[in-house]
Amino acid sequence: MSTRSILEVNHINKRFGGLEILKDISFQVQPGERIGIIGPNGAGKTTFFNLLTGDLTPSQGTITYQGKDVTDEPNYQRTRRGIVRTFQKNNLLDNLTVLDNLLLVLQRKHGLKNTWFRVRNEKNYEALYEEAEELLETWGLYPVSNKIVKNLSYGEQRQIEIMLGIATDPEILLLDEPTAGMSQTETDEIVRLLDDLPKDLTIMIVEHDLDVIFGLAERILVLHEGYIMNDDTPETIRHDARVNDIYMGKKGVS
Amino acid sequence: MTYLKFGIAVLLFGAAPFFLASFHISLLTEILILAIFALSLNILVGYTGLVSLGHAAFFGAGAYAAGLIGQHVSAEIITTLLGGVLVSFMLALVVGIFCMKVNGFYFLMLTLAFSQMIYSFIYQSTTWTGGSNGLTGIPTPSLLGLELSNIVWVFYVTAILFLLLYAGISIFVKSPFGRVLVGIKENETRLKSMGYNTKIYRYVAFVISGTLGGLSGVLFTYFNGFIAPTNVYWTMSGTVLIMVLIGGAGTMIGPVLGAALIVILETVIATYTDMWMLLLGVIFIFFVIFLPEGIYGVWQRSTRKWLKGKIPQPELKKVDREKVS
Ligand SMILES: Nc1ncnc2c1ncn2[C@@H]1O[C@H](COP(=O)(O)OP(=O)(O)OP(=O)(O)O)[C@@H](O)[C@H]1O
Ligand SMILES: [Mg+2]
Repeated sequence: MSTRSILEVNHINKRFGGLEILKDISFQVQPGERIGIIGPNGAGKTTFFNLLTGDLTPSQGTITYQGKDVTDEPNYQRTRRGIVRTFQKNNLLDNLTVLDNLLLVLQRKHGLKNTWFRVRNEKNYEALYEEAEELLETWGLYPVSNKIVKNLSYGEQRQIEIMLGIATDPEILLLDEPTAGMSQTETDEIVRLLDDLPKDLTIMIVEHDLDVIFGLAERILVLHEGYIMNDDTPETIRHDARVNDIYMGKKGVS
Repeated sequence: MTYLKFGIAVLLFGAAPFFLASFHISLLTEILILAIFALSLNILVGYTGLVSLGHAAFFGAGAYAAGLIGQHVSAEIITTLLGGVLVSFMLALVVGIFCMKVNGFYFLMLTLAFSQMIYSFIYQSTTWTGGSNGLTGIPTPSLLGLELSNIVWVFYVTAILFLLLYAGISIFVKSPFGRVLVGIKENETRLKSMGYNTKIYRYVAFVISGTLGGLSGVLFTYFNGFIAPTNVYWTMSGTVLIMVLIGGAGTMIGPVLGAALIVILETVIATYTDMWMLLLGVIFIFFVIFLPEGIYGVWQRSTRKWLKGKIPQPELKKVDREKVS
C-alpha cells in the first residue's frame, strides 16, 4: 500500500508436491525496519527466505521490491538489486581461503568480475584488498584471512557466513539463524556487530534465540501453519498467550 | 620469479633442437600439442569443475578444419590456424548453449553425445573427410611462403604457442574472472547468492576451452600431416581427461605432466604391445586409487616436506607478518 515500502509480499503460497508449507502470506517492509521472524521448526521460515531471494519461486503470489515485481527474477539478479541473504547452514567456498571467499563478493561490486587478464593480487587491485582487510578486521577474521575455510571452527565459519552477506552491500539483509550453534560469547559478538550495522539497512532475521531477536527487532512476525499468526511489536508478542502456547512454551526452542 | 622461469623455458625450448635428435624433437612436439589440449580441458575440469567427455570434438574440428583449409584454400599457417580456431570456436558457441544448461553427470553425458555426433558426421562425410580412411594429402604447412618441411619448424611454432598459452592461461585462472570459475567449482549456489550469473561463466569457460582445444587440433595436423576419425572418437576425449586427472586437475603444470607421461608411455609401450588402451586404463586406475591428487600433487607433497616453511605464499602478506608477533 504505502509507496514507501521497500518490499511487498502479496498472497504468497508455496507447495512442495502436495505439502502446502506457506498458505497465504502478505506483508510489507518499510526501509530501515528490523523485522524478526519466529515460528516452530519446519514452519517454513527458511522457505520464505528462499522465496524472497529467488532460490525458490512461489506457487502463487507476488513479491515486489522497490516498486518492481521480482517474483520471477533469478536469485543473482535480486542479489544485485540488494536482496541479500545468509544461510542457516554454512554455505561457503570450503576449500578456498577466507580472503578468497570475501574477495569474490567484493570484486563483483568493484566491477572487476569480467577482468580476464590481470592477476588478482594486492598490487593490481589495491582498493579491493583494502576493503577486504577492513571487513576482515571488523569481523575479527583478519588473523585467519589466509586459512582454508573448512579448517576453521564452526563459529568462525558462521562469522564468515554473515560477513559475506554484509560485504554484498545489501539494501535488505535476510539473516537465517545467524547465531545458530554458536557459543554465548560468539553470539554476543555477532549481536554487537549486527547492532553496529547502518540504521538505514533493512534487516529481516530468523532466530530461535529469542534474546537475540527481541534485542534486535522492532517488529516480529510469527509464522505458524502457513500463515502469519502475529505481526506486532516484541513487547506485545512476548505477552501473547497464543504465541507462548505454540511457540515459546514448546521444546525445540533454544 | 615467474619471469625467470618463463625465460628459462624459452631458452630451453629454443635450444632443444640443437642437442636433441629429431626423434626426440618429434616426441616433444607431440607432448606440447597434447599438453595444450590437456590445458584447454583443464579450464573446464580443473578450474570450473565441469567434467567433459567430449573434448575430442574440438580437437577434431580444429584438425579437420585446418586440414581442409590447407587442401582447398591455402597451406599458410596463419590461414589454417585462424580457420581451425574459428571453426572450433563456433562449434563451442553452439554446443555450449546446450551444455551450460546442465551440470555434473548430465554435462558429462551431453558432451559425450555431442562429440559422438561430430564423430559420426566426420566418419560419414567421406567426400570431404575421407571417412574411415582419414584425411590424407594435407599439404605441408608454410609460414609466409616458407615450407615448414622440417620437424624443427613445427616444433618451434608449437613451442611458441604453448608458451604463450601457458602464460595466458596462468594469468587467466588467477584473474578475477578465473577466480569466479574456481568459485563455481567450489559452490555454485553460493556464487549465485553473491550475484553471479554462473551459467554465463560456465558458458564462457566452455567456449574458451573448446576454442583452445581446437587450436591443439590444428597443431596436430601440422605435426602429423594426417587426421584419422579416431582423433575425434570418445577414446581421445577419455585420454585427454586422463592426462588432466593423473597430472593434477586444477593446477597449471599438472596437465602438462600428464600429457608428457601418457605420450612417453604410449611411445615406449606401443613398440612392445598393441594393448595400449588397456594399459592406459590400468595406469588410470592406479592413479585414482593410490595417487588421486595426481603427479603434481605428489610432487608438491614431497617437496613441501623437503622445504618445510617455504609453503606457497599467502595472498595477504601483511597478515602473516602480524600473526607472528
Ligand atoms: N525443497 C524442498 N522440498 C520439499 N520439502 C521442503 C523443501 N524445503 C523445505 N521443505 C519442507 O518445508 C518445511 C519447512 O521447511 P523450512 O526449512 O522452511 O522450515 P524452517 O521454518 O526454516 O525450520 P527450521 O526452524 O528448522 O529452520 C519442512 O517440513 C521441510 O521439510
Ligand atoms: Mg530454517
